[in-house]
Amino acid sequence: MPLTAGSIPTLWRLARVTFDPVRQQKVLVYPEGAMLLNDTGAAILELCNGHRTIHDIAAILGERYHCDVLSDITDYLSQLADREVIRDH
Amino acid sequence: MIIDRPTTLLAELTHRCPLHCPYCSNPLALVGAEGELTTEEWKRVFTEARALGVLQLGLSGGEPLARKDLEVLAAHAHGLGLYTTLVTSAVGLTRERAEALRDTGLEHIQISIQDSDPDAADRVAGARVAHLKQAMAAIVRELDFAFSINVVLHRANIDRIGHIIELAAALGADRLELANTQYYGWALENRQALLPTAAQIETAQAVADAAIRRHRGRMQIIYVLPDYYESYPKPCYGGWGSVYLVVTPDGQTLPCHGATHITTLHFENVRERSLDWIWNQAPAFQAYRGDEWMSEPCRSCPRKAIDFGGCRCQAFALTGNAANTDPVCTLSPLRPLIDRSIQDAAVPADFRYRYVTLQPART
Repeated sequence: MPLTAGSIPTLWRLARVTFDPVRQQKVLVYPEGAMLLNDTGAAILELCNGHRTIHDIAAILGERYHCDVLSDITDYLSQLADREVIRDH
Repeated sequence: MIIDRPTTLLAELTHRCPLHCPYCSNPLALVGAEGELTTEEWKRVFTEARALGVLQLGLSGGEPLARKDLEVLAAHAHGLGLYTTLVTSAVGLTRERAEALRDTGLEHIQISIQDSDPDAADRVAGARVAHLKQAMAAIVRELDFAFSINVVLHRANIDRIGHIIELAAALGADRLELANTQYYGWALENRQALLPTAAQIETAQAVADAAIRRHRGRMQIIYVLPDYYESYPKPCYGGWGSVYLVVTPDGQTLPCHGATHITTLHFENVRERSLDWIWNQAPAFQAYRGDEWMSEPCRSCPRKAIDFGGCRCQAFALTGNAANTDPVCTLSPLRPLIDRSIQDAAVPADFRYRYVTLQPART
């Protein structure tokens, strides 16, 4: 199920974002998996707190990056939801 | 060529195990307790692995709870920032030990279940442990660990896949791995008794697909088809020496836990070499990196970037040459080896249990 602007994305309780000092990069780790995050990906995941909607997250990041990011963020989180590391709260 | 950093280390802390499963993935000759790496040696291995880029650590075996220093090792791993999974049968776990492990910062426990039917489960394990495992699963859940259940599927339990899934859900698993047996080592010896028939596979797939949808969002279900029934081989951790490494109880370092069976390679030991050197320089890790080593039909095949020629361990076990195309591939001229064993699966056979004589320590 793709997420929508009203979805409340939450990180799976088995997953967490951590900083890897070896790669100097943030990574998402979960059982049997690790995903290297770019700055944007990390910024999105760090705003997924189980209360904000995708719309809320897009508003915060849109202000930071001065552009409309709603569809990009929805796509990104939907891909992670497909892999079950993001849940719709 | 550019060598990537590894992401995952499987630490086989010991070969000691209270179970006798006929599909055991450990080598036919095991390391005894006296040959195992010491606490300090394992800690150094974890530290070196983290420095090399490893993010995920599996504490495995044998049965890792057989190591009295498991808590010390888990605490060290947590201190390094590793995401650590205890891969266990739960035999040897107690509430006290589970609490101690939680206090070390251990995040994830994976418990093996042999079957949904306790008597059938005990027959496969060769020990009366099914009820104990379920009791320990409840404690793991109660202590709020991230919790996975792993079930090895084979001919004698795959028809109960629906019950197995419901049992895992009732035990509160976050994640369920339904992994069909892979035929190396002991499992290869028992292949005729373990390999499901085509009809069993078809039925199980339908049950698994429906359950994956039904449990989505609560319990993640990973269903791995036996590769014998696939048309193309499995990609094996992104290719040889790409992201994954294994250290055996006595310190041998391998690109895959099945690689001990490849007798034509020499595997370096962490007692003599740094993990960094082994990953970046050791001939065994270089042997099948990239695609230079490939012959036909892989060399000119566009799928070589997808499955990397399949599993080197399986190529060696079934064809005698680890550089051959994995014979599971329908493009391999040796695919008839696989088709013949699928035909043999129609004939019933008994398990050969793993009652182990430990080898003297290797140096």
